[in-house]
Amino acid sequence: MSHHIVEVRDLKFRYPDQTPALAGVSFLIRHGESVAVVGANGAGKSTLLLHLNGYLTPTDGSVRIGDFQLTRDTVRDVRRTVGMVFQDPDDQLFMSTVFDDVAFGPLNLGLTPDEVRERVEKALDTVGVTHLRKRPPHRLSTGQKRRVAIASVLSMSPDILVMDEPSAGLDPRARSQLISLLRTFHHTKIIATHDLDMVVDLCDRTIVMHEGLIRADGPTMEIFGNEELLAASCLEKPLRMQGCPICGG
Amino acid sequence: MPAKIDRAFYDIGHLDSLAEADTPLHRLDPRAKLLTTAVFIVSVVSFGKYEIARLLPFFLYPAVLIGLGDLPLGFLLRKLLIVSPFILFVGIFNPWLDRTVLLQLGTLDITGGWLSFISLLLRFILTVGAGLILVASTGFTTICMALEKMGAPRIFAVQLLLLYRYLFILIGEAIRMIRAHSLRSFSRKGSISFRVFVQMLGNLLLRSIDRAQRIHMAMLSRAFTGKIRVIRQFRFGYQEVLFLTGFSGLFIILRATDAVDLLGRLVLEISR
Repeated sequence: MSHHIVEVRDLKFRYPDQTPALAGVSFLIRHGESVAVVGANGAGKSTLLLHLNGYLTPTDGSVRIGDFQLTRDTVRDVRRTVGMVFQDPDDQLFMSTVFDDVAFGPLNLGLTPDEVRERVEKALDTVGVTHLRKRPPHRLSTGQKRRVAIASVLSMSPDILVMDEPSAGLDPRARSQLISLLRTFHHTKIIATHDLDMVVDLCDRTIVMHEGLIRADGPTMEIFGNEELLAASCLEKPLRMQGCPICGG
Repeated sequence: MPAKIDRAFYDIGHLDSLAEADTPLHRLDPRAKLLTTAVFIVSVVSFGKYEIARLLPFFLYPAVLIGLGDLPLGFLLRKLLIVSPFILFVGIFNPWLDRTVLLQLGTLDITGGWLSFISLLLRFILTVGAGLILVASTGFTTICMALEKMGAPRIFAVQLLLLYRYLFILIGEAIRMIRAHSLRSFSRKGSISFRVFVQMLGNLLLRSIDRAQRIHMAMLSRAFTGKIRVIRQFRFGYQEVLFLTGFSGLFIILRATDAVDLLGRLVLEISR
């Protein structure tokens, strides 16, 4: 397998109604890296993520995932390599029980029932929701749904985890539990988010997007220290890096 | 109005949660229950339109099942009551349309219309009741799986599954819309004008299409190739065979012979 696991080169994309979304994006992500993609609403984060699992095909430029150049023929292999966790778990969990949902991917990969069962159990155990296996997803809490959504992707043993707003809609405790959970994963992680404090916890590297372009790409702490850059990209410093407004410390 | 919708919404969930219990009835293979219910419904429905007495022994089946499955009778009756307006509306004109006197009790004339109306009601209670008991003891999802296992077209079973899965989300979205509407319609006491209603409905459709697109995306990213696969192991043991043949046999005997009449005559014969 190549050393550069995700390679995006001069990626351009326009939606069918000609709305430009990406205007030439390039970056390289190496094995085991944990990268945050941040930016204002409409900066192109979600569109970028949808290219990484081949749901959208570039108008121009190229995407390479592991050993595969993303094309119509390789899209199945790419999807096997990239596990995508969507923003709304209700979109991701479409089967009627937690078990069936987590088993969906492995069954499509053509594994035997025993292998599938083993993988499902392992994935459920990893995210700590084994006790929910028979429950219908629509009756879980948002935090539980998010964990099951992650399990449904883990069961396919992807090399890369791509997540869109994983901490959105979680209560503070569920959020910090999710962060500790994600910290235990050794996958290459790409996380699009507005939760900059989570980025500080999880990602060594941050890509800042603005109006379909990459405005900055570098070590997280360096980027969050640059107030000018943050302001120009409609972002603010993570709370923990701001001075305390009450005690002034 | 919103409160009522909310209530109906949680009630569907309750019916499903009943299916999570663990009783002899719940443990039976869903196929046995499904087939038995089908034989039951066909037997009940196939009686003549004035039949009343011969329908009564069929109440044995729901009674036994409610006992075996430890199901809440009150809850099931409430559900029946909710659907009953439809059947009342269908049958309510029978007594006026069909005035042939078929039976005389002293000075009271009982017309064919009344008999057929009562027969219709009994059939409604029996068949819908049996359906509710099936769902409450098996769960909707499992019924779909059983249908598929028994050779129903796969696409049909999958449609039902997805329909059931997203019914709750759709209702939830509709509830939020109605709530948003009622919070901003001060003078009109919650009633929705036709023009607004049309727009809301259109909006709901667009949201559903968007969601369908996102779900499709989620399916694709998990190696979906057009076929939904599920692991489910069903075991058709001797208990299932006993349940299916026992009850189906009983229904067929009750349908084919006039068991009530036979029993009555037998009793008379003995007491003579």
